[in-house]
Amino acid sequence: MPNDELLKMRHIEKRFPGVLALHNVDFTLRKGEIHALMGENGAGKSTLIKVLTGVYQMEDGEITLEDKAVVIHSPQDAANKGISTVYQEITLCPNLTVAENMYIGREDSVWIKHKDYEKKANEILNKLGIPARGTQMLGSCSLAVQQMVAIARAVDMKCKVLILDEPTSSLDDKEVNMLFDLMRDLKAQGVGIIFVTHFLEQVYEVSDRITVLRNGELVGEYLCEELPQVELVAKMMGKELDELSDFEKSESSKVNEKEVFYEAKDLSSSEALAFDFQIRKGEVNGFTGLLGSGRSESVRAIFGADKVTGGHIKVNGKDVKITKPVEAMKNGIGYLAEDRKRDGIIAELSVRENIILALQVMNGFFKPISRSEAESFADEYIKVLNIKTASRETPVGSLSGGNQQKVILARWLLTHPDYLILDEPTRGIDVGTKLEIQKLVLKLASEGVSVTFISSEVEEMLRTCSRLIVMRDRHIVGELTGSQLNQAEVMKTIAGGEG
Amino acid sequence: MTVKKKDSFREPLTDTGLLMTITICIFVGMYLLAMLLLKGGFLHAQQIFDMLNDNASLIIVSCGLTIVMIGGGIDISVGAVTSLVVMSCVLYLNNGGNIFVSLLLALGIGLAFGLVHGLLISYLEIQPFIVTLAGMFFARGMTTILSVNPQKLDHAGVNAIRDTKIEIPWLGYTARNGNLVPARIELGVCVALLCVIVIFVLLKYLKLGRNFYAMGGNQTSALMLGINVKRTRFCSYLISGLLSGISGYVFMLHTGAGNATNAAGMEMNAIASSIIGGTLLTGGVGNVIGTFFGCMTLTTIKKIVVSSGLNDPWWQSITTGGMLCFFILLQSVVLGRRAKSKKA
Repeated sequence: MPNDELLKMRHIEKRFPGVLALHNVDFTLRKGEIHALMGENGAGKSTLIKVLTGVYQMEDGEITLEDKAVVIHSPQDAANKGISTVYQEITLCPNLTVAENMYIGREDSVWIKHKDYEKKANEILNKLGIPARGTQMLGSCSLAVQQMVAIARAVDMKCKVLILDEPTSSLDDKEVNMLFDLMRDLKAQGVGIIFVTHFLEQVYEVSDRITVLRNGELVGEYLCEELPQVELVAKMMGKELDELSDFEKSESSKVNEKEVFYEAKDLSSSEALAFDFQIRKGEVNGFTGLLGSGRSESVRAIFGADKVTGGHIKVNGKDVKITKPVEAMKNGIGYLAEDRKRDGIIAELSVRENIILALQVMNGFFKPISRSEAESFADEYIKVLNIKTASRETPVGSLSGGNQQKVILARWLLTHPDYLILDEPTRGIDVGTKLEIQKLVLKLASEGVSVTFISSEVEEMLRTCSRLIVMRDRHIVGELTGSQLNQAEVMKTIAGGEG
Repeated sequence: MTVKKKDSFREPLTDTGLLMTITICIFVGMYLLAMLLLKGGFLHAQQIFDMLNDNASLIIVSCGLTIVMIGGGIDISVGAVTSLVVMSCVLYLNNGGNIFVSLLLALGIGLAFGLVHGLLISYLEIQPFIVTLAGMFFARGMTTILSVNPQKLDHAGVNAIRDTKIEIPWLGYTARNGNLVPARIELGVCVALLCVIVIFVLLKYLKLGRNFYAMGGNQTSALMLGINVKRTRFCSYLISGLLSGISGYVFMLHTGAGNATNAAGMEMNAIASSIIGGTLLTGGVGNVIGTFFGCMTLTTIKKIVVSSGLNDPWWQSITTGGMLCFFILLQSVVLGRRAKSKKA
């Protein structure tokens, strides 16, 4: 049914200096469907979205909205034409009320009619089942609700096409379900939703159709039920998934013979309750639990990233004091932070400068690393980790998320740590890079490096860790090893039904 | 699945509201304490009016600074511009100028500075601190070029306006000789209070005002929400400039003389007033009513210091510094606790 088609993009071409970002891409969105846009990093998802929302101008191709050819000049123009985007990072103002956030920038008079806006906002929020009040400050809402307010704003702008760019990456399961309910609601009202995400399960939960991109080209458009998950991954990566079985996990029996590298007794910090923890040389273990269960806080305490308030720490059998990150680094501990934008990369600095940063700190600032040395280090790790960058002098901010993560990883690897803590290293990056990072973790372990791995995807943890520490409500509630390492057991322990 | 909420639900105090309430409470508490312990002038209503008379121009520039700070910027030229306006107007009036034109001159100088600052900061994206620092040096220099020596205002019409005071007999007091001394308010105070009210309405009920908050809260978001951030920022500096012009005229009416050192350090007092009143330097939070009480708090402290017999000028600086420190600490503790309790 052609009149069902809401948005058609045909033969889209977009070129960046030296790269053909999109080549002959078609995309079709129908009324009242949720359409997942999938692809690895660099596949061209973001570029396609940015062309559609007017952030970039396409070189060739055409966009048809409701059978009318349109040219989109800017995000504002897109919104006026009925194409709204809700980004991963909330683009609202936390210091204004919910109602103001929904109406600011598109008021019809110079006077603000607070009462009017609040009433209208409440009506829409109620209609969409969003648990917020118009008069409430946006900053006092949870992230999920803030995201929903952004959607409510789009709905009120009579959007026909709603683009959700990684909307679920900072939400917990309950919030994700709330969001999905809202998406289904909007779908029933005839809104076409483009859903961009890395979570495969979520795609199958809500989407009707999937369009897969790879290397800037269209792989195909599929109905959800006709494309099994394994095939989807294969299409995204362009290779079969037998690599997954290549994984050889270090067996816990082997690891148990090795000596303990790091041991903490009653370690506590301003954010984490007291806990005991140890890791052996060459062991990969992990902290798991729901969001907010204290897993990140615990590893931050190990690294001294928060204010350490007590505990005895032994490294290599010797008593040491680790209360500051620099002390942890001197003891051979590296930490890859959860939020790479905030704690990790320095976007303005080049790949080279970001890579040598930690080593420079270790050496002290009076022993500078020579330029040629730094360049050779950078080149080496760009090759080893397969970092996709134009050159070693490219600012890190212009790389894709997965590649930024690799740069930080390279930074820590360069210091040759004995113990590496990776907090959500695979968050927001594509399946291919995820596998590369997981493999790298196991390779490091086989070389005798201890690794603590945190991920919100249990499956990923089960693949890499030989010991899982389960946390609930800021307490360690269990440790799983060997045959206990399966999804069911982990879920049971997290939920509190340990036998 | 809809979650019903009553419309009449009372929202908890916003950050702005909370900080402002704290300031008002401290001001009232301090003043009551001064009335109890120091007595003297503090028992007369005239004390408050004197504070207003002396600080009308400070209140005006503080309002402008509050707007700029809410938008996430800073304007340190306000004191110097005030001084330049005073000197220009005095010289012009002493040479037989017209009152109406002198007022236009004051507003024009203020607007010109605001315009240039706004253009450089918004459209050329230069750091506001640097731009307004340059503006400050420029205005101070110009003032000295106009006249190194103090110039007394000598213009019958303006002097008449200067001496016009609103008298409120029932708020007055009986002097020792038995005469009733009515409370006296200068015209400048009315201008200052008018400015506070106008800016309050602007910030709360006008589109432009809410845009200042949005811009200071999150600039990228403001842009994505369809706000013309450049123009909004430009407007904030323009308003601040205009208010500096008004402040200069009020200053002239109060002192009746132009002096190269007029309003020295006024920009710092204005920043302090805004901060004490609950405006955050990081932007997005603030309110002119708070700023007004910030000015009053700052002035009360100085009065208390003087009344306690600590007449040397450095005592005022020291107490002002301590006061500012205290408020910033208080704010960070209060807001920090709030953020924590929100998380839990």
